[in-house]
Amino acid sequence: MTRGYRALLAGIDLDIKPGELWQLTGPNGSGKTSLLRAIAGLIRVGVSGTIDRPETLLFQGHAPGIKGLLTPLENLQSHPGGLIEVESDRVREALAAVGLLRFLDTPVMRLSAGQQRRVGLARLWLSRSSLWLLDEPFTAIDRQGTTLLEDKLRSHCERGGAVVFTSHQDGKFGANLNQLELADYAAR
Amino acid sequence: MRPDSLGFCRQLFVRHLRCGVRRVEEVFNSLVFFLMVVTLFPLGIGPDSNTLRELSPGIFWVVALLSALSVSGRLFSADFEDGSLEQLAVSGHPLGLCAMAEVLAHWVLSGLTLVVAAPVFALMLNMVPAAIPTLMLSLVLGTLCLSLLGGIGAALTVGVRRGALLLSLVMIPLTVPVLIFGTSAVGEAAIGYDPSRWIALMGAFAAMGLLLAPLAIGAGLRISLEQ
Repeated sequence: MTRGYRALLAGIDLDIKPGELWQLTGPNGSGKTSLLRAIAGLIRVGVSGTIDRPETLLFQGHAPGIKGLLTPLENLQSHPGGLIEVESDRVREALAAVGLLRFLDTPVMRLSAGQQRRVGLARLWLSRSSLWLLDEPFTAIDRQGTTLLEDKLRSHCERGGAVVFTSHQDGKFGANLNQLELADYAAR
Repeated sequence: MRPDSLGFCRQLFVRHLRCGVRRVEEVFNSLVFFLMVVTLFPLGIGPDSNTLRELSPGIFWVVALLSALSVSGRLFSADFEDGSLEQLAVSGHPLGLCAMAEVLAHWVLSGLTLVVAAPVFALMLNMVPAAIPTLMLSLVLGTLCLSLLGGIGAALTVGVRRGALLLSLVMIPLTVPVLIFGTSAVGEAAIGYDPSRWIALMGAFAAMGLLLAPLAIGAGLRISLEQ
């Protein structure tokens, strides 16, 4: 895989099975985000080899596609990523699950950075895709939210889903976690 | 294309309209821009009402073109920054079609508001009142063409920093047909001719744009997201 004129990663052979939780690790600039975007199909130029991906997937980048002018409810009901349930009762439940029940009708721009991240992450509670690709999902999330998110990722895998995420933190996933250290695959 | 793609696009259209309505000052600003430029012409070329009347169709359309250029450059930039575009790209729906929801919402907010305000501006330029219905009709089609062309340009330049000038260079040659059809329609209506052939040509241009713009915008956005 190359970005611009720079060879970035080489020799990656990754098989993500249902029920597996993968963490991409590596120093800054090692290509975690690039690999995740390639898996999602956002980067095609400079990727050699094949990537088989399911028809539907949930991808969450650094920016979650949330509009500051809209309320959390409106944001999720018309989210550009699609593939989630949009019935307002379900969306309300999801927002309650991430602790935003009091802010259903507040424009997102008036929420804090962490709360804004939570609006994006509420999509996980509504998702209809089995593969989740999450780029730094724990950024700006407090300790209680981190536990909540870890539980969510684990339960998704237990129900036969698969998750690939990038993070610098070692979560409390124990033996269920597979790690891919990208420094080992740096292209020379 | 999936069976629910059109429903999804309708949702997106409402989303963009809702955002646009909550930021209504931007719509207002582009009308004020129009007003100010229209005011400059009598100051620049003199207040002689006959000269002004003769030039008014051309002035109107050139200003419409410039104001469309000035707003359409940012058509996708907010979506690019907040991650909406990459979400669209992984949604499994055709990217070009989804982006059309945004282009059409932009047209409703910028183009159609200009159509409503057009009679006032036309009278300020001393346009023949009989030509005003033609002006409004040609603006409905013409602003749609400009929004579609702007969408193509914006899709190509959304990832480019300071892409505004580049966008103008790409777009201005493409907008020439709109300018010619528009000024001809209004000009002929002003001297009592039937302008319908110009309107028909403009309608054909808009129809072609509606057909081809989703393909071009989709391809442009895919390139812009490759970074």
